[in-house]
Amino acid sequence: MSAVNSDSPRIGVYVCHCGSNIAHMVDVEEVRAWAEKTLQSEGVVVARDYKFMCSSLGQELIQKDIQELGLNRVVVAACSPHLHEKTFRAACEKAGLNGYLCELVSIREHASWVHTDREAATEKSKMIVAGGVKRVRYDEPLDPLRVPIHKRTLVVGGGIAGIQAALEIANAGYPVYLVEREASIGGHMAQFDKTFPTLDCAACILTPKMVDAGEHPNITLLTWSEVARVEGSLGNFQVTIRKKARYVDEDLCTGCGICTEKCPKKVLDTVFEAGLGYRKAIYTPFPQSVPKYPVIDTENCTYFVKGKCKACQIFCPTGAIDFEQQDEEITVEVGNIILATGFQTFDPRRIPQYGYGRLANVFTSLEFERMSNAAGPTGGEIVLRDGKTRPESVAIVHCVGSRDRRYNNYCSAICCMQSLKFAHLVKERTGAEVYNFYIDMRTAYKDYDEFYQRVLSEGANMVRGKVAEITDAARLPGEEGKLIVQVEDTLAGRQRRIPVDMVILSVGLEPQRDAYETAKLFGISCSANGWYTEKHPKLDPVATMTEGIFIAGACQGPKDIPTSVAQGAAAAARVLGHIQVGEMSMEPIRASVDEARCSGCRICNGLCPFNAISFHDDRRVTEINPALCQGCGTCVAACPAGAISGTGFSDAQVLAQIEGLLWDVRETVERRP
Amino acid sequence: MSKPKFSMYWGASCGGCDIAVLNIHEKILEVDETFEIVLWPVAVDAKYADVEALPDGDITLTLFNGGIRNEENEHMARLLRRKSQILVAFGSCASEGCVPALANLYPRERLFETVYAGPTTENPEGRRPLERAAVPEGELHLPKFYPTLRTLDEVVEVDYIIPGCPPESHQIAAVLDVVFAALRGEAELPPKGSVLGAGISTVCEECPRKRDVKKIRAFRRIQDGPADPEICLLEQGILCAGPATRDGCGALCPLAGAACIGCYGPSEGVVDYGARLMSAVASVIDSRDPEEIERILDGIPDPAGAFYRFNLAGSLLRRGR
Repeated sequence: MSAVNSDSPRIGVYVCHCGSNIAHMVDVEEVRAWAEKTLQSEGVVVARDYKFMCSSLGQELIQKDIQELGLNRVVVAACSPHLHEKTFRAACEKAGLNGYLCELVSIREHASWVHTDREAATEKSKMIVAGGVKRVRYDEPLDPLRVPIHKRTLVVGGGIAGIQAALEIANAGYPVYLVEREASIGGHMAQFDKTFPTLDCAACILTPKMVDAGEHPNITLLTWSEVARVEGSLGNFQVTIRKKARYVDEDLCTGCGICTEKCPKKVLDTVFEAGLGYRKAIYTPFPQSVPKYPVIDTENCTYFVKGKCKACQIFCPTGAIDFEQQDEEITVEVGNIILATGFQTFDPRRIPQYGYGRLANVFTSLEFERMSNAAGPTGGEIVLRDGKTRPESVAIVHCVGSRDRRYNNYCSAICCMQSLKFAHLVKERTGAEVYNFYIDMRTAYKDYDEFYQRVLSEGANMVRGKVAEITDAARLPGEEGKLIVQVEDTLAGRQRRIPVDMVILSVGLEPQRDAYETAKLFGISCSANGWYTEKHPKLDPVATMTEGIFIAGACQGPKDIPTSVAQGAAAAARVLGHIQVGEMSMEPIRASVDEARCSGCRICNGLCPFNAISFHDDRRVTEINPALCQGCGTCVAACPAGAISGTGFSDAQVLAQIEGLLWDVRETVERRP
Repeated sequence: MSKPKFSMYWGASCGGCDIAVLNIHEKILEVDETFEIVLWPVAVDAKYADVEALPDGDITLTLFNGGIRNEENEHMARLLRRKSQILVAFGSCASEGCVPALANLYPRERLFETVYAGPTTENPEGRRPLERAAVPEGELHLPKFYPTLRTLDEVVEVDYIIPGCPPESHQIAAVLDVVFAALRGEAELPPKGSVLGAGISTVCEECPRKRDVKKIRAFRRIQDGPADPEICLLEQGILCAGPATRDGCGALCPLAGAACIGCYGPSEGVVDYGARLMSAVASVIDSRDPEEIERILDGIPDPAGAFYRFNLAGSLLRRGR
């Protein structure tokens, strides 16, 4: 193997202290000196260290050397390429050196941050630098790919985050497809009664936005629909959307509701009413549904089950009921995608000692939301499961399924405020005695703690402790016929048994059950918990590692309404930025097939996650479409003939880097004549 | 003017390569006509001393087959390198170790145990070969048996490689034609380091079987039942090494209904044959369930033998430890 580029390499090595991030665990000066001396044989002509290589002074150091020492290769040993690869490539470009002749190797994430032995971390850093130097010799100049950006955008998920994102883009004058798998947009927020901390009526603030989205000339609403396939990449995605049959002709339906009224079949509504109320077999989830068109639930519809009934069809004044309707697939072309697929709530049956599903008067927070909602199944009456008895005492349990090693380690962010809201509503509507059981009270953000103070002043009892058990087994006088909350009151320092009539479990938020499949469909990644992974947790919270795909709202992690709305708007701003520029540059990292070496074995044909691979039967060779290829390398690794190569990741580059990493243990093959 | 000199030598090999050369039929006469054969143990009588007596670089062409297993192999490799203008690693053993290199997975003692004390060996005194042994007639000397087998190019610089176990006779004949033409000044020799007598793609290039997108749910071997004569063997779950193996043989094994076992080695530019084949096969296993994947992989009873049958010494692994 010889260096691809035959001009003799003149390599500059720059070792970053990263303040003390690297320097506290790696002897940066020693790494620099070692590189300058030992790697001279590899073409290193200068090695420098600097406090912050990414600062403008640090970058100027590199630029000056490129110009004065005639460097034709640069290795920066600093942080992860995710962070500053672009920075240093741009710095090289400014000095007239192609950015792809610069390697950023990580001695922070790969050495200083993960080790506790300074000497070993320093030695490892040297090897990492050697790997970069060995590799950079084989780097070739590359030019970024320019891709035009399609002006249409796809928003997946019609909750408040998705609605906000869609409206922002539509209001800016660009077309949006808003896809929602339920029959109406609105998401979880549509189920709520009041919103903390201001106690606005959720419907009052949400439904105008829903209507806006529904009527907006730039928004194509696709409810009762799901994304089936995603092809393409930033600027030009082809998305296939499956429109599930509604069995209602949207062109004819006026949304008058007669079908629902006449439908004889009542069905327990486990989605919108959280199992607390009923709907018909032909229904809209709630009166303000957008769009207004109902859907038929074929599993429960008497006609679909037994073959007769057709009450809805008989009474429909416009003949809009169509039992023959089929699922339909449409393909749309979009330049960017925003995922706002939301969350699901923790199933408290997983904590059997809390009795949900076994003890009638243990409710989930979502059930309580429906119960307290004036449009809900009880008309806003807070009553026990019998539907009539007002509770005289209510327990509200925080952190159900959250901050618990057995279920979810994380804080669900909204439960404290939600539970305080419940305390207020119970007090206001029933005058009952209220007990909130909390681990820590978390009321960060604007006006939240003020709301906590308000609920305290209203006389809610706060018990600091994790509830051990909720039982109906009375042991003490006054417990008969009650639910007893067994808890260690950690402030009082004793065990308490508190008898109540009703328990509300403030269940945590979890990723949607199909979050992983959805992530795969769109080619993004999930954290270990299943939340979608943002490009950077602080500095790029709505972008993902996949160009052109953004995330907003609770699909990225538990969050409240204001934050979800802010993220929806933020994602929209990012998309609008792309649309405005009209053309984006993309990493030129692509796989390509050497047709002379391709034997047409078809090993790679089924592997491409981006559907970039096609097979030409006539010539018996495989081809990769560079417009679709994302440079993931799957096919490169799989090709048994070595006929597929990835730009920037040639065998020569990768093997050279490995050789460098093994610098201290390398053996040379001895060939005496 | 005297004729250019030719030699062919065997290191750790089976002799099949020599037979393959003899199998070029009447072209062997042209070899004899063009060259003076100074060393070819299987075909002509010559002594090492005769070769040692030649000036350096006096032999025009040497075909070296067999790997470097012992001291004698190495001595001859160095000697022939010195004496030859063109040294060819001929066949799988010389170029990548071949089956004898699978012994690299075991320490030398284990090998002696197997060979001199195994169930098929009658050796009640437990004798082992000695490098030096005193006998009434004097001291006997056996070449030192090295811990591992090395390829020829691990020991000396090699000019060309002719792959195959053994190389196909028609390919040998074609290479010889080029050499003859070059000697007559009618053709240029290929660039140094080239692989001769083979293609640059893989066996699938020459295999007429029908191919589709591959999804393997179970492996089977040809003794488990007849294979479909038309369809790609790998798609039938038979571990065919064709997709990773250099073309040139004419896809003889798959044509006969047997899986390619990889004797022509890696295709052009591939660094590690076994790793290539393994990652290719692993890529098309049609399951996401780790336990099922384990079960499917259990259908490959001897992974080292299946993926590195010909290539262990020439791979990045080279040897066990």
